[in-house]
Amino acid sequence: MIDHSGKSFPVPTPETEVYWEGCREHQLRLQYCNNCGQHQFYPRIICSACMSNDLKWVDVSGEGEVISFTIVRRPVSEAYKTEVPYVVALIKLLEGPTMMSNVVGCDPEALEIGMPVSVQFQDWSEQISIPKFCPKIAGD
Amino acid sequence: MESLRGKVAIVGAADTEVGVVPGFGATQLCIDAACRALADAGLGKDQVDGLVTCNSMAEPYMYHAEAMAEYLQIFPRYCISVGAGGGTTFSILHHAAAAIVTGQCDTVLISMADSLRSGLSREQAMTMQSATGHSQFEIPFGPTVPAFYALIAQAHMAKYGTTAEQFAQIAVGCRQHASLNPAAQMREPISVEDVMTSRMIADPLHLLDCSLVSDGGSAVVLTSAERAADFPHAPVYLLGVGEGHGHEHISQAQSLTTSTAVESGQRAYAMAGLGPEDMDFAQLYDCFTPTVLVELEDLGFCKKGEGGAFVESGAIAPGGALPVNTHGGLLSHCHPGNPGSMFALTETVSQLRQQAGERQVPNAEVAMVHGQGGIMSSHTSLILGRENS
Repeated sequence: MIDHSGKSFPVPTPETEVYWEGCREHQLRLQYCNNCGQHQFYPRIICSACMSNDLKWVDVSGEGEVISFTIVRRPVSEAYKTEVPYVVALIKLLEGPTMMSNVVGCDPEALEIGMPVSVQFQDWSEQISIPKFCPKIAGD
Repeated sequence: MESLRGKVAIVGAADTEVGVVPGFGATQLCIDAACRALADAGLGKDQVDGLVTCNSMAEPYMYHAEAMAEYLQIFPRYCISVGAGGGTTFSILHHAAAAIVTGQCDTVLISMADSLRSGLSREQAMTMQSATGHSQFEIPFGPTVPAFYALIAQAHMAKYGTTAEQFAQIAVGCRQHASLNPAAQMREPISVEDVMTSRMIADPLHLLDCSLVSDGGSAVVLTSAERAADFPHAPVYLLGVGEGHGHEHISQAQSLTTSTAVESGQRAYAMAGLGPEDMDFAQLYDCFTPTVLVELEDLGFCKKGEGGAFVESGAIAPGGALPVNTHGGLLSHCHPGNPGSMFALTETVSQLRQQAGERQVPNAEVAMVHGQGGIMSSHTSLILGRENS
């Protein structure tokens, strides 16, 4: 396993632990509102569209498209130095919500806005796996 | 609803030295700025009954404004520090104006300073500022502040065909203004090519698309329009003010290419009864070059998607149709973090008093000062003028 020590590890809270548990199992999960039918991200105690608290966790496709990205040349800290240049991107998921992630498994210079991507997980520790995205290959 | 239009005025304004200021920490810079603004207003410290500060990253206090009041040995009846970053602190002008009009205080000293350059290491300054990202859902991916803004730039380029050279033109324009300002941290003229060949930080942002890291402080004295006539300098009136708040985290933004500067601008114009065409110059928050481009569009200085062509025309440079950041902005004058927008405000006061020397915008009567904080998250637009009617 690559050494991820020193990176900014997410610290799950009661509100987000189901999400991070899904990541640990390499399954992207979102909250779904039983009242208005919307998915939401990040996790909240209410649906931010209709304020209902009738939310459930659902497994989602893990597919989406890049709506913007940048190639980071100057890392945020020493711990991210080995990853330079790395892509920070905004991914609009098929189910609606947008999330930030890294796009990996491709030449950063070849990346384009609108490119379809799918999730894969990088294990940072036994507790924490981080959702990252890979360009989808045609026919995938 | 009662409008704030013309009800309050800035009667004192001053900056400390900026750039690298040895011997002064953030606290001393805040006090120095306060003393200079009081001197400019011809006031003693006991003649203000309101104090507003912003917290400092280099020397934070749990009760910052109270600590500064204690340092000065003043005992205000209105005392508040604003904690949020960048241009967000600027929204306090709105609140302080409302406090004066509603009788909570008569005369407010607003002093803000920080020492990001000397008080923090480079890595400290970077990680503290990127902490604006979501701790679980953004920061683990290693974004920097330039990376957050690069996401806006790339989206604008993809949607409207804006180019990196057009962003660079904004850095060039700010430097042209700064070259006329003896107080600016960076005064050596630069070209679009200089920007384009400077080190890439986060595509498409080069080093020279990014604002400076500085020490510095800036302060103003605000009072009611009735009192404003009795000061040494001509008052500068608040004619319009508006805010717009869209998100905190860029991954939650409703739009990457249109910000809530649209709403803050419309609210300010409506209060002032003026439009973008009436502005003689504008000070637009310029933490990174794309910030200015989006603000030019959202505040109505050009159509959506046409910001690139607008800056390419030379409009924002000295002598242009709309000089922008006449002091040099955060890109070339100085950027000590939270106090950022204050320098745009004190510069606007100098311009409207016709005291800006070599960089004076001829016959300047009315101007827009716009601050934003977060990642294009929250916006405050002020319209200031020489006349209150």
